[in-house]
Amino acid sequence: MDIDFGTIMFFALAIVAVVPAFMVVLARDIVRVAFWLLASLCGVAGLYILLGADFLGLTQVLVYIGGILVLILFGIMMTSKDPLHEKATASGKRSPVTGLVTGALVFAVLAAVIVGVGFEENKGVSGGEPTTTKLGEVLLTDYVLPFELVSVLLLFVLCGAAYMARRRREDAHA
Amino acid sequence: MDFQYANVLFGLLFGAGFVVLNVSIVNRILAPKVIDPEKTTTYECGEPTIGSAWVRFDMRFYTVALVFLVFEVEVALLFPWAAAYDTLTQAGGLFAFVEVLLFLVILGLGYVYVWRKGDLDWVKATDAQTSNETVGVDNAANGN
Repeated sequence: MDIDFGTIMFFALAIVAVVPAFMVVLARDIVRVAFWLLASLCGVAGLYILLGADFLGLTQVLVYIGGILVLILFGIMMTSKDPLHEKATASGKRSPVTGLVTGALVFAVLAAVIVGVGFEENKGVSGGEPTTTKLGEVLLTDYVLPFELVSVLLLFVLCGAAYMARRRREDAHA
Repeated sequence: MDFQYANVLFGLLFGAGFVVLNVSIVNRILAPKVIDPEKTTTYECGEPTIGSAWVRFDMRFYTVALVFLVFEVEVALLFPWAAAYDTLTQAGGLFAFVEVLLFLVILGLGYVYVWRKGDLDWVKATDAQTSNETVGVDNAANGN
């Protein structure tokens, strides 16, 4: 295997993605879990960008790191009554058999998908070139209708989320 | 493999190195070491903190975060459009502009919805919480 810059970058980013992922499982403190998840998502975003899927990487940074993780932290902040550092995860109390079976099943499904993709035949549309401009072009020519439907979908999501959050708030203070 | 974003990597490494250099190394060399109880407080130059930070936070934060997330996805979808705008306008005139305007207007409806329903209204939510304790002032100021 020849070692070039891309290979070094791949392994560096893979370490950034995988080691924090292990820590997500191993850490006992739920806030630390959230921050290890942040590091792991950063590594995955780096891998996307390394593969030339720059739009995907950008969306990962913007939506997952900037949005979902904030939401997770808000969720932790709102659900805990006790000091958070005492609120350990319950992973130690679960049966190891259940965990092993679940993990093996997830691994089997993911491995089957990854092996079945055929990376040699499907090298992607861009061949490693930046994708954002190309995506913009097809999004507003061939895929205009899905693009507009996405905005309608987001509208429903926004209204639904606001409705449910409002109802829960009114329940909490009723 | 061609790496397209070497400059981004360089920028990230430079930024991280700059922070590490200043916070960990230059700080140790230059900063005078004066121990002072005031310096160990949470906000050295701010309000004195009251109570614990480990309390349940209000639902309003979550609602605002949800609204933020939806508009963030919207912004993410605007990036390809912005990157391809030049070629799109040369090929199809104002079509790309009008399409994205429609996209923004549809999501703007959602914004109007949450605004009108008072989900972004910090003061009104406070009134609903403490309606028995502090009545009047905020209600009058809010117009409802």
